[in-house]
Amino acid sequence: MCLWIGWGNNEHLKEMKEKVIEVKNLVKKFGSFVANDHLNFDVYQGEIFGFLGANGAGKTTAMKILCGLSAPTSGEVKVAGFDIYKETEKVKRNIGYMSQKFSLYEDMTIAENIRFFSGIYGISPSDRKARQDVLLQNLGLESSKDTLIGSLPLGWKQKLAFSVAIFHEPRIVFLDEPTGGVDPITRRKFWDLIYEAADRGITVFVTTHYMDEAEYCNRVSIMNNGRIEALDTPEKLKEQYSAKNMDEVFLKIARNTE
Amino acid sequence: MINVQHISKSYKEIQAVSDISFEVKKGEIFGLIGPDGAGKTTLMRILMTLLIQDEGQATMGGFDVIKDYKKIRKMVGYMPGRFSLYQDLTVEENLNFFATVFQTTVEENYELIKDIYIQIEPFKKRLAGKLSGGMKQKLALSCALIHKPEILVLDEPTTGVDAVSRKEFWDMLKKLQAKGITILVSTPYMDEANLCNRVALMQKGKVLNIDTPQKLVENYTRKLYAIRANDMHQLIQDIRAYEKTDYAYAFGQYLHVTGNEDDVEATEFESYLIQKNHTKLEVFDIHPTIEDVFMDRMGEQ
Repeated sequence: MCLWIGWGNNEHLKEMKEKVIEVKNLVKKFGSFVANDHLNFDVYQGEIFGFLGANGAGKTTAMKILCGLSAPTSGEVKVAGFDIYKETEKVKRNIGYMSQKFSLYEDMTIAENIRFFSGIYGISPSDRKARQDVLLQNLGLESSKDTLIGSLPLGWKQKLAFSVAIFHEPRIVFLDEPTGGVDPITRRKFWDLIYEAADRGITVFVTTHYMDEAEYCNRVSIMNNGRIEALDTPEKLKEQYSAKNMDEVFLKIARNTE
Repeated sequence: MINVQHISKSYKEIQAVSDISFEVKKGEIFGLIGPDGAGKTTLMRILMTLLIQDEGQATMGGFDVIKDYKKIRKMVGYMPGRFSLYQDLTVEENLNFFATVFQTTVEENYELIKDIYIQIEPFKKRLAGKLSGGMKQKLALSCALIHKPEILVLDEPTTGVDAVSRKEFWDMLKKLQAKGITILVSTPYMDEANLCNRVALMQKGKVLNIDTPQKLVENYTRKLYAIRANDMHQLIQDIRAYEKTDYAYAFGQYLHVTGNEDDVEATEFESYLIQKNHTKLEVFDIHPTIEDVFMDRMGEQ
């Protein structure tokens, strides 16, 4: 059942929704440098949450913490209901991750990649078989399961990488600039996949440098110098900053505080 | 200043660049616009004399890319896609190194890089590997300029760079252009096409179109509509199912929609969508962006 349909306007549903990410006063320091300065935000189930910010604003640091790859200096963080300090392994089991840089193994076939990731997440062979059939059918790749990833066009790789990242049905999927470098049509088709995942109740946490993509998120946060400077639906942010589009909102926030 | 005639290059069975021709005039900013796999890097490497084409001829500043490669290397500055400075040298050491290789000094050409270098000068004792993305980019540009090249070739300088830094980078390029430097720049960001004097739209090794950004947009003659409604996700599904729709793509807060015949009117889309119970409906015709033009040409291929 689709509740968090795209392009905003659904905040009245928030109360009904479960929090899948809870961040309270998150601080991360590297020596004297404060990479994350008291971050506070919640992300709800099935939401598409855009995590924006200038280069060096602290996005990657925060994302690593949410994925259980780095411990905060202080603050409370719960992901998929698990404590990020004590239940790191449970966090990792309940999330998926995909970035432009790390996706699938180029020198393995589609089926081998699926088998590999299924093994890591403890998916039984029979479940794997059934899910693999659905995945290949959805992407129209039934006849290509023995094709090496390295020989596929970038657009296909990214669609597959996304499908594999949610193959173990995680509560949340983290997407780090998933559409970098792909052509404009493929970029839009990739967002169709994001919507489908959100419709199935998977929370999508996404970073991007394409400001038109910020418009497709239910809510957007914008980071600058380690702090979250703004967080709301694209509609409200545009109103608040008297901006025509998210590009203007972003420029106003990121330029002002430099 | 740059002349490319029927250049082709393949890697085994993959045709990376296929029969590409264009010219870049002195003092022009010429953009190669296209996604990964369009052939932009291969073409640039051929022009930079780092790769030899299978077919065709190309000259840079009148010099042939194969025969006169040594002359070309002295007169062009190159910023490759991947950060390729010495990570274990400081900012200052990198700059001095590149100046020395080209038998010049930082002082001699300081005027050219001043505006850019001044922004990273406070960090001149820092190792290049420890710089932020934006600062690395400025250092790489300074190093590419230190021998006062006549032509500057930049391979995706703004990829992965945030919207603010991208705008600053293009401001720097405009200033360099004003100093008479010819610039060939590639980018996957369609909106950056508008900042070039002329562009080649590229896809899968081929040129789809070459023109000024203004002409590209003017030559798009189809009727294009912007549509939005309360429930955008449902809207895109309904509009795609409509028999009079050719294509519908999300463009920020609107959908961009074309009819399968040129005479489909806004009112037809509107009444169809009202019948589908859409609320807060807006339908109006718009001028295309470069991205619309690109997608339209891609669809034709």
